[in-house]
Amino acid sequence: MAVLEEQYDVVVVGAGHAGCEAALACARLGLETIVFTVSIESIALMPCNPNIGGSSKGHLVKEIDALGGEMGKNIDKTFIQSKMLNKSKGPAVHSLRAQADKDEYSKSMRRVLENTDNLTIRQGEVAEILTEVDTVNNVTKVIGVKTYSGAIYHCQAVVLATGTYLKARCIYGEVSNETGPNGLQAANHLTESLKSLGIEMYRFKTGTPARVDKRSIDFSKMEEQKGDDVVVPFSFTTDPKSVQKDQISCWLTYTNEKTHEIIRENLHRSPLFSGMIEGTGPRYCPSIEDKVVKFAERERHQVFIEPEGIETNEMYIGGMSSSLPEDVQYAMYKTVPGLENLKITRNAYAIEYDCINARQLKNTLEFKHISGLYSGGQFNGSSGYEEAAAQGLIAGINAALHILGKEELVLDRSEAYIGVLIDDLVTKENHEPYRMMTSRAEYRLILRQDNADLRLTEKGYNVGLISEERYRRLQQKKELIQKEVKRMENTNIGASKEVQQLLEENSSTILKTGTTLAELIRRPELSYELLAPIDKERQGLIESGQLPTDEMLLNEVIEQVNINLKYDGYIKRQLKQVEQFKKLENKKLDIDFDYTKVHSLRIEAVQKLTEYKPSSIGQASRISGVSPADISVLLIHLEQERRKA
Amino acid sequence: MEGKTIAAIATAMSPGGISIVRISGEEAVLIIDRIFRSPKGKKRLSQVESHTIHYGFIYDGEELIDEVMVAVMRAPRSYTMEDTVEINCHGGILITKKILEVVLKYGAVPAEPGEFTKKAFLNGRIDLSKAEAVIDLINAKNEFAMKSSMGQLRGSVSNKINSLRDSILDSIAFIEAALDDPEHISIEGYGDELLKKVDEMIVEMEQMEERADNGKILVEGIKTVILGKPNAGKSSLLNRLAREERAIVTHIAGTTRDTLEEQIRIGGVSFKMIDTAGIRETEDVVEQIGVSKAKVLAKEADLILYVVDSSVDLDDNDKEIIELIKNKRAIILLNKLDLEQKVKKEDINKYYEGLHILEISAKEGIGVEALEQTLMELFFKEEVTFNDEVYITNIRQKNALNQALESLKMVKNSIENEMPEDFFTIDLMNAYSQLGYIVGEEIEEDLVNRIFEKFCMGK
Repeated sequence: MAVLEEQYDVVVVGAGHAGCEAALACARLGLETIVFTVSIESIALMPCNPNIGGSSKGHLVKEIDALGGEMGKNIDKTFIQSKMLNKSKGPAVHSLRAQADKDEYSKSMRRVLENTDNLTIRQGEVAEILTEVDTVNNVTKVIGVKTYSGAIYHCQAVVLATGTYLKARCIYGEVSNETGPNGLQAANHLTESLKSLGIEMYRFKTGTPARVDKRSIDFSKMEEQKGDDVVVPFSFTTDPKSVQKDQISCWLTYTNEKTHEIIRENLHRSPLFSGMIEGTGPRYCPSIEDKVVKFAERERHQVFIEPEGIETNEMYIGGMSSSLPEDVQYAMYKTVPGLENLKITRNAYAIEYDCINARQLKNTLEFKHISGLYSGGQFNGSSGYEEAAAQGLIAGINAALHILGKEELVLDRSEAYIGVLIDDLVTKENHEPYRMMTSRAEYRLILRQDNADLRLTEKGYNVGLISEERYRRLQQKKELIQKEVKRMENTNIGASKEVQQLLEENSSTILKTGTTLAELIRRPELSYELLAPIDKERQGLIESGQLPTDEMLLNEVIEQVNINLKYDGYIKRQLKQVEQFKKLENKKLDIDFDYTKVHSLRIEAVQKLTEYKPSSIGQASRISGVSPADISVLLIHLEQERRKA
Repeated sequence: MEGKTIAAIATAMSPGGISIVRISGEEAVLIIDRIFRSPKGKKRLSQVESHTIHYGFIYDGEELIDEVMVAVMRAPRSYTMEDTVEINCHGGILITKKILEVVLKYGAVPAEPGEFTKKAFLNGRIDLSKAEAVIDLINAKNEFAMKSSMGQLRGSVSNKINSLRDSILDSIAFIEAALDDPEHISIEGYGDELLKKVDEMIVEMEQMEERADNGKILVEGIKTVILGKPNAGKSSLLNRLAREERAIVTHIAGTTRDTLEEQIRIGGVSFKMIDTAGIRETEDVVEQIGVSKAKVLAKEADLILYVVDSSVDLDDNDKEIIELIKNKRAIILLNKLDLEQKVKKEDINKYYEGLHILEISAKEGIGVEALEQTLMELFFKEEVTFNDEVYITNIRQKNALNQALESLKMVKNSIENEMPEDFFTIDLMNAYSQLGYIVGEEIEEDLVNRIFEKFCMGK
């Protein structure tokens, strides 16, 4: 029988948030790329919460953008409300979150994909990964994929980004549908092919709340949640002026004792409690029934009513995901003030799906034992759109670099939240969908959202995803920051009348002796901007063009000068820790290293190291069950090998 | 790891003679500059030639600690091939320990087991052929350190540290949960509450540190286990040596069901005395546990005091004990001299050829002085010694306690300077992991677990 055969450089399986970033990265780097999706209408679909960003997730979006990814730009185009969270806290935990118009988000991303050169979108289900054994190097490598219809696509690299679609099953009450999210077709055939390649699979679970008709809600019983007056964009390339627009509100209400009572009375009908669901669910987004059971002492839980878009009447009931039966869902939602007469448009449900044990991956997101096979997103056991997009981008970039024969891109824990995310996924035991949290980042004072470009854009440029112009602007920005910080440190300020008056006006202690501008900026109540009247040089620098007239650039520089000076001591301490961290990170280990040969390594350590195949001593030290003494032994062994060579 | 400057006592811990505190690493010379004063006060050891030795004094700020000789060896001409300073001290164990503490206070970190040798190897000082020996040494020392660090802690101390850690982790989890989900959890005004809590913890830890200086928290010394049949008078002996009523003494056999320990100083030498349950065949489950624990302790002991009830004939239980102590350093005490003696030295000698057999009455206090004399002699003849690793483990623990305390002070500082809440957790986490080091716990996923356990998060 004749079959369709085509030739591409890269095949991306799935066009969710991971798949889109992967496909765009590969195509933009000049590789012929095809991206498969079970439904073209579901490109960049947001099947759960209608927002992008939030604590630590906002950081991920900024980092994706700094590397040349698309998510930040896309949400800037399609947001309907925006908020900077934790604004009263330190700069490291400021986090941007925007409500998206889901439909627009998806369409807008689809337009970008459709208009990217070298990129083909293809509806269809990939059923098999084709490999061969490269007899020269004795490695298994990817040579293509086969679709359910039998077509063969030859390629040099595959990026798996199947999200929650693999053998997906949606459940509420006694009802179970073999579908992906939103009733979309599941992908039922790929798992077997992956298993036959020796890939270890897990089964995870997550859930989503009901959607309701806006017209059935009484908002007068809820608190209005508005967006920020001044909106900050996600993308470093978006002009802040372009995102100041009318915003749509969200609404806050609460569950109550009556709600909890209904839930408790019907717990026996939950598929979780009856054992119908076998997958492992996440602890950070528990269903409302989980919350009621686990936090029995709580009198109420918050419920956020969020719009799904501008053109639709559907609203998302944040905080009340559930897999209880339809009738119970109605009953419990109706107890919530403002929802007494609600009409559900889509039921809440739990979804189960196949994913992998991510410790089979390298930090590049390539499978350790299959050359050219990459994966990203929920398929790797993570959760969240942002986590998915970040991995998709890294998997895509590395797939491309692999084909182009260039050096891989790995971000470590001191360089990016993306580095923390991937390192956690590939080195830690992961028993639930993994969510990014700021507490997972050891060096978060350095990994701020405001400096993502300073940290990563050069890397994006080296990869080839950042334009020359954007790179030049970054260099200019870096230089300006350095100069201004130095100038602040070197500008002496005497206790003149003008200075004392300025201090008094800002409720700041007056000077007894001379000081510097930098010292004044370090006071919590003062800033670079406030000190303008006593910074005599500043105006001249602007006039002579040594400080930029471009307001956007100037504001970015000022922000960095303030942060660098104010938190100087803390930042320096973390930089010192990073230095120590890097030492072990830079001691590389061969992933095929035979640990059984290392004299007197403990058996448990040999097992763990063999299982995880760490890429550096640093990574080895993070594997649970590997002790500091084991690391010493490894270091000595490496030195021994080095000297023999 | 390799970047830090490490320090430890490089010689065996014995009471007489010279002991050496060794410092190795980039900052070794800087550190000695901070604490060394020459007789005229002019000499800076950072300026002296390599491989020279200098007479002077070690100071902790303005407090004179000891008169010393200091050798300075510049990289790469030293054992570790790094800048190395060796302080030769003459003041005995306590002073040597104090000097090490001063060195740590002024910037060094305590060496991990086998770390000097590890550095020596990694820096190319030690021949390739010795690599495996180096690994073995590190393994052996680590294993010992791990075993002993737990054994060294008094139950009450580890309870206290665990409760401090628990409380710190709660605070971190609260702040982190709120940062992660600010719309569900609010930490407005938490600074004041935390400040109170941190102040209390600082006081508590300062007290612990003080007690650590008196050797009371981290029990060290020669691990001496008191063995014997039930009602042989073991607890009476402990009370007699401790000069206080530590153990409950009755005439009922089997009164001491668990072990009881006490630190006792005899002529400047520290002994960690452990009273055990009497060894006998028993049906009582609780007592059985005590008995098997006693047997384990006997194996780990540096020295055993075997108390024999000389008023009754030797039986199978005694023979079992003699079997236990055969290859150990031991003193046999024929107790109850005040009663009619049925067991004589010769009876013991039939089974055991030990040197030290004394007759005492713990109850009346007869022969106790002779016993104390024997204990001291054993030590000064170096027949029993401190185990260096136990000792060094203690210093590491104390250093960790100190680091934890410093971190909490930083938290206090951050709160007082009105820093945002996310800055608090940086130092709280340091304190948490340092305290964890003392009780031998790694941090792993503690925080994330605690957040989910205590706070209801998410969509």
